[in-house]
Amino acid sequence: MKTFIEQLINGLSLGSIYALIALGYTMVYGIMKLINFAHGDIYMVGAFTGFFASTYFHLGFIPSLLLAMLVSLILGVTIERVAYRPLRDKSKISILITAIGVSLLLENGGIILLSPQVRTYPQIFKQHMYSFFNGIITISNQQIVIFVVSIIMMVGLQLIIYKTKIGKAMRAVSTDPDAARLMGVNVDRTVSFTFAIGSALAAVAGVLVGIYYNSIDPLMGIMPGLKAFIAAVLGGIGIIPGAMVGGLLMGVIEALVSGYGSSLYRDGVSFAILIIILLIKPTGLFGKNIREKV
Amino acid sequence: MIKLKQILKNRFLIFLGLLAFYGIIQILLSTNILNDYYEINIVLMGINIILAVSLNLINGFTGQFSLGHAGFMSIGAYTSAIITYKLGLPFPLALLVGGVSAGIAGILIGIPSLRLKGDYLAITTLGFGEIIRVIFLNTEYVGGASGLSGIPKYTNWTWVFWMAVITVVLIRNFINSSYGRCCIAIREDETAAESMGINTTFYKTLAFTIGAFFAGIGGALYAHNFYIIQPETFNFMKSFDILTMVVLGGLGSITGSILSAIFLTFVYAVLQDYAALRMVIYSLLLIIVMLFRPEGLMGTKEFSLKKLFKKGEKSSEFTVN
Repeated sequence: MKTFIEQLINGLSLGSIYALIALGYTMVYGIMKLINFAHGDIYMVGAFTGFFASTYFHLGFIPSLLLAMLVSLILGVTIERVAYRPLRDKSKISILITAIGVSLLLENGGIILLSPQVRTYPQIFKQHMYSFFNGIITISNQQIVIFVVSIIMMVGLQLIIYKTKIGKAMRAVSTDPDAARLMGVNVDRTVSFTFAIGSALAAVAGVLVGIYYNSIDPLMGIMPGLKAFIAAVLGGIGIIPGAMVGGLLMGVIEALVSGYGSSLYRDGVSFAILIIILLIKPTGLFGKNIREKV
Repeated sequence: MIKLKQILKNRFLIFLGLLAFYGIIQILLSTNILNDYYEINIVLMGINIILAVSLNLINGFTGQFSLGHAGFMSIGAYTSAIITYKLGLPFPLALLVGGVSAGIAGILIGIPSLRLKGDYLAITTLGFGEIIRVIFLNTEYVGGASGLSGIPKYTNWTWVFWMAVITVVLIRNFINSSYGRCCIAIREDETAAESMGINTTFYKTLAFTIGAFFAGIGGALYAHNFYIIQPETFNFMKSFDILTMVVLGGLGSITGSILSAIFLTFVYAVLQDYAALRMVIYSLLLIIVMLFRPEGLMGTKEFSLKKLFKKGEKSSEFTVN
């Protein structure tokens, strides 16, 4: 029981991070019908910005988080402007190949510029364990930070999407870009804004991972990126609450697999989940079935 | 009227050209004018041609975007290595079994995943490729993470050249057959193809299986060239490598795939010590090609000798059409 709860808490912290990345995937997919393969690498850039901010400029947690969000946001918007926008009317495959290209560019550019070595993230929060119920539940302050920050981000995202004008525009574009344009919505700006929010959330995830696992490297974005995508599909891609639930589920499943089975199977299990969900219910847990019309 | 005699004569000349090309390289290799370094890279070019052309059948001609080619390659590599290294059976059998087992895996993976389209299919095939890798990673019989080493070296210029020729000829003939036309029809418009009475699932799975079969052969040749195979060799970066060749050459052009496989293997050989730089160049190539020439260098066109020369003798690599 004790290990189960321990793994559950580990899984929920990992899952919050997946959820933050998955939100970016799901928003971009919702609005452009594009799997942004480079999203995992934007998360890596966020983690490195946070690392440099706190190691070399000695910024505190909040300032380095904000700086990481800003840098990733600019990067995300630039990628969209340079690489994706010219292809928006072309086939889905060419934009997907471009996304793979951007992802490879960021990873290997990162290796050249930052060196492939693993770096130790500074301990911003000294690890401290809290025990409840005679030690049945133990939770570290880092995990608490992860929960608090991700909840703040998710609530903030919901507020932006449902209470602001730009949020309304995002919902309109994701429903029907052409109709939205006819109604006077600036589609280009809305897409840029979506990339901006998604990238900022990925940066938050990057900084939180740095704090939680203490190590970062230029290729750290590949697997979490893919798994966050799986999380987005699991919840129903394009559906924001789906990404949150999917992310948490993925984290918990993964923690339980590594806790009780072999950690070597962890990646295989994630992909098996993806395949099962795509074959049984491709629209995801929260999705509705839409018939294709010709 | 098509003159059968003329066609047969052209075919014979093409065959002579291939034979001459093979002979020249073979002489250069055996007299050591081209040393081991060149031999490795020439063999690698041949393997990459097999991989790129077979992926082009799936991605380019049938329009089903697969990212799991490295997975099929690894199945071919591992089964063939088991045949020769563990069981001590002859190499040709290993090639065949490697190809067939990859083909069977292609059927098993293709039937469920080809119900999906576009980017969903891409991510599913990537997932299957990774699952195959994880399975090999956890199988002690084939060495787990440290891989299988001590595989006998059977792959040489002769094997690679003729396997590449067979691959190209068979895939070209497939595309020019009624089966291949159906595949191209599916690429152009799946719904329209279906309403014309084409059994889309059958043809998609067929193309997927043939592509997987040749990827398995490529993997078998690969395994018997490098003494050692590890699960890590066949991760999705390998699939992206092959994809780059296909995209650069043109989705739907066999000669394009051949040319870009040769070119990118050359880049690989030159930048062997700078892996990250090589991948940066690959990624920039992908992005630039997509932005400025999304159909790839050759588009869906084929490089044809008939248009350039009266006789098909000069360069045997271009004698596809």
